[in-house]
Amino acid sequence: MGSRARVVFWSAAIVLLALLPPVVAALKEPFYLDLMRRVMIFAIAAISLNLILGYGGLVSFGHAAYLGIGGYAVGILAFYGVYSGWLQWPLAMGASALVALAIGAVSIRTSGIYFIMITLAFTQMLYFLGVSLEMFGGDDGMRIKTRSQFSGLVDLSDPVAFYYVVLVLMLASMYLVHRLVNSRFGMVLRAAKSNEARSRAIGFSPYLYRLAAFVIAGALCGLAGALLANHTAYITPDFMHWTRSGEIMFMVILGGIATGAGPLLGAAVLLVVESLLAGWTEHWQAILGPLLILSVIFFRRGLAGVLPGARDG
Amino acid sequence: MADALLQAYGLCKSFGALRASDSIDFELLEGETHAVIGPNGAGKTTFISLLSGDLRPDAGAIRFAGEDVTSLRSPARARTGFARSFQITSIYRDFTALDNVAFAVQAHAGHSFRFWRPAREESALRDPARRMLEEVGLGARADVPAAKLAHGEQRQLEVAMALATEPRLLLLDEPVAGMGSDESQRMVEFLTRLKGRQSIILVEHDMDAVFSLADRISVLVYGRIIATGTPQEIRANADVRRAYLGEDAE
Amino acid sequence: MTFGLVFEQLLNGVQFGVMLFLMAAGLTLVFGIMNLVNLAHGSLYMVGAYLAVAATAWTGNFALGAALGLAGALLVGMVVEVVALRTLYERDHLDQVLATFGLILFFNELVAIVWGRAALYTSLPAWLQGHVELFTGSRYPVYRGLVIVVGLLVAVALWYVVTRTRIGMLVRAGASNRTMVAALGVNIRLLYTVVFGFGAALAGLAGLMAGPIYAVQPGMGELILIQVFVVIVIGGIGSIRGALVGALVVGIVDTLGRAFLKPLLGSVISPPAAEAAGPALASMLIYLLMAVVLAVRPEGLFSSRGS
Repeated sequence: MGSRARVVFWSAAIVLLALLPPVVAALKEPFYLDLMRRVMIFAIAAISLNLILGYGGLVSFGHAAYLGIGGYAVGILAFYGVYSGWLQWPLAMGASALVALAIGAVSIRTSGIYFIMITLAFTQMLYFLGVSLEMFGGDDGMRIKTRSQFSGLVDLSDPVAFYYVVLVLMLASMYLVHRLVNSRFGMVLRAAKSNEARSRAIGFSPYLYRLAAFVIAGALCGLAGALLANHTAYITPDFMHWTRSGEIMFMVILGGIATGAGPLLGAAVLLVVESLLAGWTEHWQAILGPLLILSVIFFRRGLAGVLPGARDG
Repeated sequence: MADALLQAYGLCKSFGALRASDSIDFELLEGETHAVIGPNGAGKTTFISLLSGDLRPDAGAIRFAGEDVTSLRSPARARTGFARSFQITSIYRDFTALDNVAFAVQAHAGHSFRFWRPAREESALRDPARRMLEEVGLGARADVPAAKLAHGEQRQLEVAMALATEPRLLLLDEPVAGMGSDESQRMVEFLTRLKGRQSIILVEHDMDAVFSLADRISVLVYGRIIATGTPQEIRANADVRRAYLGEDAE
Repeated sequence: MTFGLVFEQLLNGVQFGVMLFLMAAGLTLVFGIMNLVNLAHGSLYMVGAYLAVAATAWTGNFALGAALGLAGALLVGMVVEVVALRTLYERDHLDQVLATFGLILFFNELVAIVWGRAALYTSLPAWLQGHVELFTGSRYPVYRGLVIVVGLLVAVALWYVVTRTRIGMLVRAGASNRTMVAALGVNIRLLYTVVFGFGAALAGLAGLMAGPIYAVQPGMGELILIQVFVVIVIGGIGSIRGALVGALVVGIVDTLGRAFLKPLLGSVISPPAAEAAGPALASMLIYLLMAVVLAVRPEGLFSSRGS
């Protein structure tokens, strides 16, 4: 298997994604462009979760928090008339990193089920904060009239240009995480997941390394949030709803935990299945729920585990 | 006489009503191999864990190379020069043998907040790790996932990891436990080669191994050290024979 | 802000607290004994509420409806354990979280299919609609008082069963030593199913009592579930006593915060600012409390585990 399958897989994936806009334009089916852009934005969120969950073993059930913070950073700046993406996006990432630092500093001291419950609870707190922000639409959220502007470099209101921006950022995120998890830093993360007692016995306290990974993941997911706000041109507390956290987590598992292509595959399959089921019945969640349970019980390797070449980034 | 590398005074540790360590005084000289023996349930693993910092003593103090290390936890003690093996093999089962040892080398090479360069391509980590694997006789098995190694090989790997951190003190908790006679003989030969240049505290059930390796032996019974001496002295000690060796003559 | 008003809100806090306790006790038992993280515990609360509402409408009798709702929650809990959760005991927490997340989606949608998405409101029978005179001179609803009494009775009964009976001993032994209990000739599978059903019944009880106070609607279980997580984090996992203390603290802090934070802030900062900040802060209060407890005692106030 090894490197040849890997080259084939990644070349095919990149070519397919890059060719999608002209194909969609020829078929006059803009819906698929929209769907795929959404898939790739969620893939970035899943990539960031995979860093801490897949490689670090931190079962965070609160990752949607950073989607929300990234989204609100864009929305609130736009609300005050600041449209520059050069300002919005770094701020979205910085604010997400800061919140991740605060949440991580408290929660990473615990482990197991505590960590799951705490990350979920803090995200719920941010959700309620969003609901109570009447000024920014409260429960209903608010529309973002103008997409992020990049001083004429690229125009996000052009769906195709926006698509390519998302594609490039997603590939960059994958590459970033690939480098991180194979560096010395990444080895500490993986080792602490594999056998924490052994890591401590040879001199590593995993806390600071895990916290650093948690902050990096938060910042990356904040970027996904900024993209999502631009994608929907709308921001609501639902960005941070706990079911969102569950969906992102499921993308990581479905795609294949701790794999390079897993987050993208998981995001693609989950969102496509969701949109197919939703087109068929309004009660699609009654079908998705059992599907989810079955895939947890019977499909533990994940999609990347069965696709040659998709395991490594 | 060499200086003491490690000294423990009055170490106590209880679990509920059980006194696993009962005011233990202990001394290890620089370069010495000091074995701790005792019947099952005597508190040997508790003692090792108190020394390594995995457990905190209820009372007592530990000095290492002249410093008081009592309040340091295991990662901090590891950084001052402790290394241990566990009674139940503790390795990274999903890493290859070489990755295991290279990671131990990395632990000794300063902080690991290095985010970009692939660790598996750093010869500063891989070369010493490869040499260490050769030394313990696992050179040919470098790229095998640790989970796939035989039991004896996994024990060897764990010792290799401990040594890769270039420790000043090696704590070995039953290194030949569960090994076949060939494997255990190879481990004893390897440890014999370390004698003199490596300070070792060895907990072991296998009396052949203990008496061929140890410079001194301490006997632990019900959390207390009842005797310390050379192998000859311990063999001759009436208390020890009564409390331990007599019952367990093989 | 009179003393009577504060006292009334305090009672409301206790009332909310005992409902949190019923949820937390089941969750913490199931985790402590089977090592199972059950996110769908909130769904059982919801199922209890819906079944009681439906059974009350069907029989025309509130007490009978409540009893049927309770039995229904117990049954649904045991079926869920046998069909879906039994295979998950040996899995890691991640798998358990995801599978029970799937259960939540399923139950929320199932309820929406059967009863619709709109909230249901139930009316109380005449004998529960009255008020009692408090010593402060104000009046307190009989029904909320009943909830408090039932919750505290269950707490006492639970404490007795877990610490003083043979079943409780088996339950505690099952937590620490599965094979030992199995060797005693106890059918551990059955024991687990019963314990899970029991936890489900506690959640169902909380749900059916919540019906007449809050709205009965899909998703109601998760709102309370996340607050129950806060209770468990504060109280310490695996401890009934911790669950009770944590639940009362969270119930009271949350209720008093929602009632009095805005006027209190208003006397410190400008009223318009308090108007905006009050509700936001009130809804975040219990989570901030959790953060403080974690910073001081990461293992919770009454954890049954060592440090």
